[in-house]
Amino acid sequence: MDFHLTKEQQLVRKMYREFAENEVKPLAAEIDEEERFPTETVEKMAKLGMFGIYFPKQYGGAGGDVLSYAMCVEELAKVCGTTAVIVSAHTSLCCAPIFEDGTEEQKMSCLPDLLSGKKLGAFGLTEPNAGTDASGQQTTAVLEGDHYVLNGSKCFITNGNVADTFVVFAMTDKTKGNHGISAFIVEKDFPGFSQGKHEKKMGIRGSSTCDLIFEDCIVPKENLLGKEGQGFKIAMQTLDGGRIGIASQALGIGEGAVEEAIKYTKERVQFKKRLSQFQNTQFQLADMHTRMQAAQFLVYSAAMKKQNHEKYSMDAAMAKLFAAEAASDVTRRAVQLFGGYGYTREYPVERMMRDAKITEIYEGTSEVQRMVIASNLGVK
Amino acid sequence: MKILVTVKQVPDTSGKVAVNPDGTLDRASMQTIINPDDMNAVEAALALKDELGCKVVAFTMGPPPAEGMLRELMAMGVDEGVLITAREFGGSDTYATSQIIAAGIDTYGVEDDDIILAGRQAIDGDTAQVGPQIAEKLHLPQVTYAGEIKKEGNTLTVKRMLEDGYMTVKVKTPCMITCIKELNQPRYLSVGGAFEAYSKPLVTMTYETLKDHPLIDKSTIGLQGSPTNILTSFTPPQKGAGMMLPGADKETTDQLAGILAAKHII
Repeated sequence: MDFHLTKEQQLVRKMYREFAENEVKPLAAEIDEEERFPTETVEKMAKLGMFGIYFPKQYGGAGGDVLSYAMCVEELAKVCGTTAVIVSAHTSLCCAPIFEDGTEEQKMSCLPDLLSGKKLGAFGLTEPNAGTDASGQQTTAVLEGDHYVLNGSKCFITNGNVADTFVVFAMTDKTKGNHGISAFIVEKDFPGFSQGKHEKKMGIRGSSTCDLIFEDCIVPKENLLGKEGQGFKIAMQTLDGGRIGIASQALGIGEGAVEEAIKYTKERVQFKKRLSQFQNTQFQLADMHTRMQAAQFLVYSAAMKKQNHEKYSMDAAMAKLFAAEAASDVTRRAVQLFGGYGYTREYPVERMMRDAKITEIYEGTSEVQRMVIASNLGVK
Repeated sequence: MKILVTVKQVPDTSGKVAVNPDGTLDRASMQTIINPDDMNAVEAALALKDELGCKVVAFTMGPPPAEGMLRELMAMGVDEGVLITAREFGGSDTYATSQIIAAGIDTYGVEDDDIILAGRQAIDGDTAQVGPQIAEKLHLPQVTYAGEIKKEGNTLTVKRMLEDGYMTVKVKTPCMITCIKELNQPRYLSVGGAFEAYSKPLVTMTYETLKDHPLIDKSTIGLQGSPTNILTSFTPPQKGAGMMLPGADKETTDQLAGILAAKHII
């Protein structure tokens, strides 16, 4: 696979880097400390087309490609895991299923506002009793005339408190198991819909995470996404794409930690030597960089396969599994290289270590990725 | 109405400046960037485009890789690029360069309601000569060191920021204005812009294109047409960081006097 970036990709990558360095990095520690959603950054990213990177211009997208999207999440995550996941959840989990499974009317009515960043998107699949076992959906949707009535709740919803448009899953026929799940486009002002309290988290603390509550929520019939019973398939396809986003986030967090560790160890002096002069430091950094480079190849490969409409489910799972575990390992090692200072909030590596952990959990745990990979290998 | 902006690709002098044994800049070993003041000129042009819907054209003289800079500007919103490039133009100093760029601009065409913008000066030479010289060659009025530009009809009101104060000047189009960093904050290129940049028009002007223009004479272009001789280039010693004392009260002036006295300056 050719990983040479096109001229257009080189241009956007340069912009992402400058934007991340100048606009995102200065706020990263503050939004983490205050658990504050970075509204001002979201507005700036919207202006630059970062909420519709790989979607066609006819729907208000930027006309780019999936790799350019992955690189955006990667560059943001190098300096701020929170900001990266805002883009990832919006793009992969809300815009993508509407674009891939929506009718022309649904695309024309929802996508322009979402892709321009005027509205933010989120995805509601997880429930208190349906996490990794997503098929155990307890939220129900009953067709009554020209609308569905939804009842139930969702939890751990990224962008939950700040999103305007949600792709939500609910059981339309409990007797059919997976095949009884359907997908809906829910707007936040629909009657009977409300957002719960902000979850306090270990990492990505500026990201909004909350419950979604449906109490006789009225959803117009035309907001059914795909056909009745196709919800589980839509959810799984959406998560395949989402894994590229989270893998990119993990990749960026790990790369960011390596950059910080290189900078620090070249400055810090102990035993009259810079830390970078000790072979332990050199070997640690060599291993850390190698792991992240390998992660980058897996992530870019999955992104390019999605772009080329090739099968990419296993590639996305491998990319997420490897990048997430590499990010957790690399950020932990970075804290170790910083020593006591690494454990303080004076330096960014402890935040990176906290942020990295979630990439092993959300949008399919590492265990789920292994299940997907094994299943693709025909190992049963 | 259109806005023409002259831009230059320069070595990134924020890192270490590399100098060849013969005293000239070792450009090959240094990263290139778009000259910072030129970015302010481009932003001023794009802001006027946002307001008035006019076309913005970026002009540069340089080797073929300078196309990359023009594409980057197109990704920010510039509509068209003009790359003036030829071996005959190599080694030009500010006199020869302004001659060639003026010929390029004149060949492209300047209409009554057009504006030409340039950065105040380039960070590699720091001369601030090319913009004003282009204006002279084209017989256009010029306003330098613009910190604010307002347009009403064919009149521009420009606030010049000088070392000892401000000067507000009114000028009619067509005219040349050189821009300083206080004018604005350049925008980022956009994702959509990046994916359009390589399909926007790029005009290449070579020696062949410009050789019959009255300003182009072999004796006034390139190295042989350049009256400037560079004897040596060197990295100046680093100055220490300055100290800012906020406040305009007696306490602050006393503090300042104390510091100066301690250094035996007063």
